[in-house]
Amino acid sequence: MNGIHDMGGMHGFGPVPREKDEPVFHAPWEGRVYAMAIAAGKKRLTEPVGLRAYIEGLDPARYLASSYYERWMGALEDALIERGITTKEDLDRRMAQFADNPGSQPDRLENPEEATKVAASIYRHRSPQRETDLPQRFQPGDRVRGRTINPTGHTRLPRYIRGRIGVVDRLHGVHSFDDARSQGRGHEPQHIYSVRFEARELWGNEAPESECVYIDMWDSYLDSEE
Amino acid sequence: MSHHHDDHEHEAESYASLRTRALESLLVEKGYITTDAIDALVKTYEEDIGPMNGARVVARAWVDPDYKARLLEDGTEAIAELGFQGAEGSEIVVLENTPGVHNVVVCTLCSCYPWPVLGLPPNWYKSFAYRSRMVIEPRAVLQEFGLEVDESIEVRVWDSNAEIRYMVLPERPEGTESMSEEELSGLVTRDAMVGVARARLPEVVV
Repeated sequence: MNGIHDMGGMHGFGPVPREKDEPVFHAPWEGRVYAMAIAAGKKRLTEPVGLRAYIEGLDPARYLASSYYERWMGALEDALIERGITTKEDLDRRMAQFADNPGSQPDRLENPEEATKVAASIYRHRSPQRETDLPQRFQPGDRVRGRTINPTGHTRLPRYIRGRIGVVDRLHGVHSFDDARSQGRGHEPQHIYSVRFEARELWGNEAPESECVYIDMWDSYLDSEE
Repeated sequence: MSHHHDDHEHEAESYASLRTRALESLLVEKGYITTDAIDALVKTYEEDIGPMNGARVVARAWVDPDYKARLLEDGTEAIAELGFQGAEGSEIVVLENTPGVHNVVVCTLCSCYPWPVLGLPPNWYKSFAYRSRMVIEPRAVLQEFGLEVDESIEVRVWDSNAEIRYMVLPERPEGTESMSEEELSGLVTRDAMVGVARARLPEVVV
């Protein structure tokens, strides 16, 4: 999707805002949203689309006006509504009740065994490596071109790479293809490569010679330039 | 709904805060999520997972050449040797800064970040400015962080667009030969492991 989230190379966002001794969460609600999104993901409540594609699907004006966790919140809400788990009306009503009762908290539901299990799952290693019958088309050193494609769904191929020539740097094995997964087509595993693009190829001859970008490219994002 | 008072919350409570409460209350009521699971996840990321993990990895690599070789060969495995693995770190590649190469990490599409070694990303890493600018004008961004990188040094920007996560192995500062592994880890900042800073210099003992 050629969305507002695809920001690489854009101008106009000003200096990078920095904060000294920044806390992990700036307000309690940020932590709650974060944890709910993780927990909902573990329960597969945002599948098959995935929270990330819902974030990308937010209205662009809202995307830009929202903080990081506000975007997570909006995406989580959209996912839960789309899945029929809740409705906008229910959320509005519940929100009004909290607004009318300052300081009130949601009722608690506890299950210590499950809480321990959920927290422990964060530490579980799950290899992304998969198998495919597709040939590995490229080797380190091969010249390749990022395909010019404009998928309307979720994609990991940013606009600034499309049509540009780079060189395969290393192999990352075979990963599930997120573009397919987010559209409910399953994993469709593919070879994935780290590809180096010179800054001058990406941004023109005024870019310094001693700068480059490395990015991970699924096989179907690439054409041979040999 | 119960009526606990939360001191810093009640004046002019934000839309986000109220909306989050509504979401939590509905998800809990319907039994999809339990309150203490949310509490446990928040606590894990506030207290247990953070850049102190990555700092231990870097310090080990500085003192143990065999470990460093393993770390650069298979970051995920070598990092797991120290007990760090899991969500947003299923495949971690470690990039070595050298006198001739400076590496720096960004995620232009999202804000992907190696959680097991660095924790959750700071706001600047998630900012539109950082995401948009790092790939097109890395030296200007690094300069804002106070890091001058000479034209003779190659700047490699790593856009973490897939499921591979990247961490920078900063150069070991000079004058640290006599420091222990633990002391060395104190020189390794989050920013150095993203690549927007160098490792700290040791304090000069007079």
